[in-house]
Amino acid sequence: MKKVLALALAVCLALTVCSAFAEEVTLKIAHIGPLTGGAALYGVATSRGAQIAVEEINAAGGKFRIELIDEDDQHVPEISKNAYQEAKNQGAQMIVGTTTSDPCIAVGEDAFVDRVFMLTPSASSVKVTAGKDNVYQMCFTDPAQGETAANYIADKALGTKIAVITNVSDPYSTGIRDAFLDTAEARGLEIVSETEFNEGDADFTVQVNDAKNAGADLVFLPIYYGPASMIIQTAKNIGFEPAFFGVDGMDGILAIPEFDVSLAEGVMLLCPFAASSPDERTQKFVSAYQAKFNDTPIQFAADSYDCVYALVAAADAAGITDGMSAAECCDKLIAAMQQLEFTGLTGTSTWDASGAVTKLPKVYKIENGAYVEQ
Amino acid sequence: MKTKAKKWFGRYWIYFVVVGFWIVCEVLMQQNALSPVIRNQLIPICCWVTMAVSLNLVVGISGELSLGHAGFMSLGAFTGLIAAGWLQHAAQMESPLARLVLAMLAGGLIAGIFGFLIGIPVLRLRGDYLAIVTLAFGEIINSLIINLYVNLDQGTLYFKFLKGRGLPGIPLLAGAQGPDNITKIALIPAGFVLVILTLIVANNLVRSRTGRAIMATRDNRIAAESVGINVTKYKMTAFVTAAVLAGMAGAMYGLFMSTATKPTLFRYTKSIDILVFVVMGGLGSLSGSVISAALLTILPEQLRFLKDYRMLIYAVVLILMMLVSNNPLIRGWMKGIREKFFRRNKQTPAAEARPDDGKGGGRS
Amino acid sequence: MVNFLVNLVNGLSLGSVYAIIALGYTMVYGIAKMLNFAHGDVIMVGAYMSYVALRSLSLPPVVAMLLAMVVCTLLGITIEKAAYKPLRQATSLSVLITAIGVSYFLQNMAQLIWGATPVNFPADFITLPSIELLGGQLIIEGATLITILVGAAVMVGLNLFIGKTKIGKAMRAVSEDRGAAELMGINVNRTISITFAIGSALAAIAGVLLWAKVFKLEPTTGAIPGIKAFTAAVLGGIGSIPGAMLGGILLGIIEIFGRAYVSTALSDAIVFSVLIIVLLVRPTGLLGKPIQEKV
Repeated sequence: MKKVLALALAVCLALTVCSAFAEEVTLKIAHIGPLTGGAALYGVATSRGAQIAVEEINAAGGKFRIELIDEDDQHVPEISKNAYQEAKNQGAQMIVGTTTSDPCIAVGEDAFVDRVFMLTPSASSVKVTAGKDNVYQMCFTDPAQGETAANYIADKALGTKIAVITNVSDPYSTGIRDAFLDTAEARGLEIVSETEFNEGDADFTVQVNDAKNAGADLVFLPIYYGPASMIIQTAKNIGFEPAFFGVDGMDGILAIPEFDVSLAEGVMLLCPFAASSPDERTQKFVSAYQAKFNDTPIQFAADSYDCVYALVAAADAAGITDGMSAAECCDKLIAAMQQLEFTGLTGTSTWDASGAVTKLPKVYKIENGAYVEQ
Repeated sequence: MKTKAKKWFGRYWIYFVVVGFWIVCEVLMQQNALSPVIRNQLIPICCWVTMAVSLNLVVGISGELSLGHAGFMSLGAFTGLIAAGWLQHAAQMESPLARLVLAMLAGGLIAGIFGFLIGIPVLRLRGDYLAIVTLAFGEIINSLIINLYVNLDQGTLYFKFLKGRGLPGIPLLAGAQGPDNITKIALIPAGFVLVILTLIVANNLVRSRTGRAIMATRDNRIAAESVGINVTKYKMTAFVTAAVLAGMAGAMYGLFMSTATKPTLFRYTKSIDILVFVVMGGLGSLSGSVISAALLTILPEQLRFLKDYRMLIYAVVLILMMLVSNNPLIRGWMKGIREKFFRRNKQTPAAEARPDDGKGGGRS
Repeated sequence: MVNFLVNLVNGLSLGSVYAIIALGYTMVYGIAKMLNFAHGDVIMVGAYMSYVALRSLSLPPVVAMLLAMVVCTLLGITIEKAAYKPLRQATSLSVLITAIGVSYFLQNMAQLIWGATPVNFPADFITLPSIELLGGQLIIEGATLITILVGAAVMVGLNLFIGKTKIGKAMRAVSEDRGAAELMGINVNRTISITFAIGSALAAIAGVLLWAKVFKLEPTTGAIPGIKAFTAAVLGGIGSIPGAMLGGILLGIIEIFGRAYVSTALSDAIVFSVLIIVLLVRPTGLLGKPIQEKV
């Protein structure tokens, strides 16, 4: 009798243990991005966004538990490939990353051969997804942003004489510019000034003066918020007050310490995320981010946060079970991603087989130091 | 007899190391036992080794500080990429190996031509002035390549500068957006062959009449001139040889990274990184360059466990290595150890000669 | 014409910043015969220190500036003692590599301490109003004026210091011939340390002025302006103090004019091409002493 009881007990125990295992699935997600070097700003943001998402998911205690692996690639493709190998060594099943385009192209090729699924928060070059079925984007591609911006400016008649200032050493910037110029031409927008600068340039007076002398009433800035803030301040110093139109890289300008926010008054930007949005989830994310890192999140962080949640949603839909190999996950995730309709901080996204995202572009205008959706 | 063997070994051991390492890697890869972390780094390591050895020809053997060596790599990389793209799409060449070899030859050729053109003004200068001019050339090359657009349409290459919109056909190079439509064709054996070829070329140059003239020029330019050595010609030989090798390494690197190759990878910071390999390995020591380039490429990867402190610690390691290797006490020990092992071999081979000052030429 | 003047003023403004940074390079080079590649990063640390003093310690701008100078001086002396002094007898390349190591160290340290997010130049740091000329078409900013004035003052001060004081004379002696100076009873090590201290104090000033010019401060802020300023020092003749000043201002003007009249995309190529052409005509820079060849 005692034996039977013991056996029954053991079976019960085994069952509960088994069912507990079946319920909890551990996902090993690797984030790869530049945590040091000149592009650290963006990699640190995506890393932190992912960390917040992982903490929330683990604290909520749902079906999935996430282990985050965080690797630095210094914004160098060669090092990014190494970071990817290191992440794989540590058992990563899927990747949030890489943050920047050139490393993402390089890693994507390796991951394509290895069958590892990648969802990049911010690598926006079209080459990131080209020819690879395993790489998906959370952000718009560069040409998509350029086109949308030009169409928006034409539709709303925001400017008649347009100046464009590009970072000539940055593929992101030139990629957006080329598409912008193509669309602007097709829509009959007049481009009066086209100037460039190089990463690390200390002075923007020539570019801004060129726009001013050409009588530009709108300056399109397909660049990141650091140089954008320099251009806006230079314009103010020489008494040039056009409308400024930026893209998602512009997000973050209000959060620069010591930046005179009133200078950015009226700046418009095409961006999927606004830290000041009253949306409940956004506010929860922003306050968690500020509490943990003492910093306001930029769209890179929000994209990365969304990437983690989207991966979990896709993993759930794909029926990923504990201990599945990266290659098994990859095929299931590819199928699931194309069916997924994911709503996150950066809007509602769907993906097609190419890996490019479809979501509604949002245009914000900075009014009284906050984003106002247009 | 024994001495002769020792001398022979002292001269050729680095070939055994390179070939041995290659064989070990190949065998491990056959068994699928080679860690992917290492396998992934083999081609870059071969490229950096080539870069270090070739830069050593300029800095160590010729005694001229160059801070623009990565510029030649950049020229080689983008020439190689465009050549490979043309061979792939226009010439319909099937064999990746043939495309790789031709692309590397093209890269080496263009880098060599630019090396000659740049060498004419550069080699007229001395010391740190020469260094800054090489840095300037490296930056100019970068600045030109990020503004260069190349398209391929029906077998014809179209080049455009500054603005790339409106070119017909498929893009092969789109300025800062980098190369496009080019398949990755770099092969690990080709990488090792490149290293061995580089070592053979460099060692032959060093041990030839030309090499002795170059080193005589380095050690005392005026004395060398006075015995009728054409200083500029010999320095140019070293400079152009280094540029050709760098161009080939660049083509290899470009065809390893293919569409992820960024022009901005080859700025002065990269030249400085290669210089670090050369100095760490020992000025004038070609085998030292091989070892140090390989180790210093692997080292930062092995420091990944340090997380945020990784690059900080790497910087500290660099400083400490310089301090330690220049510490008179430790240098004395090292000398003692060397003499113990190579006692019969006091006449150091020319290539291992260590100049007192890398750029002391002409400042006697 | 107005445009030309506007560009000239902007060139002067940028050039003055390069000039002050170049002074630091040239001084250290003249006396210690080393290319101090970490100078650009000491400048970045100087700017961050002034920010800490201004905001975290709530000090007035001038005091903040002075505190940053003190900290940078200490940093400079520490770097010199720890990393460069043990290499006094080593090859100049070993010292160069060490300087590069120090540069990497400072950049990564700054990122660990202050993060990668850029900090804008505080509006209350330099509050001098800008001057408007030609009916508002030509605006000279307060920061530009200060930069030019400080640059000139530093150059005159340095020249006086090196020309008139005992330490200055020792510096010149060490620069001319280290061995002979030592035989004459000059403490070479101390002289070199003092040079580093002065160079680093200058770096703090340069840091704030650079920051005022570029608006944003990040751990990599010092890198490219540092290289440009090094170029300027070579253009003027490295080792020469008036040469650094001249080279800096010329480089700034060439950069702006190159952008304005040739191409904004190629400004770096233009700047470096001019450097090469100048060095071909004058192989030791504009004001550099010709290299003497002794047999």
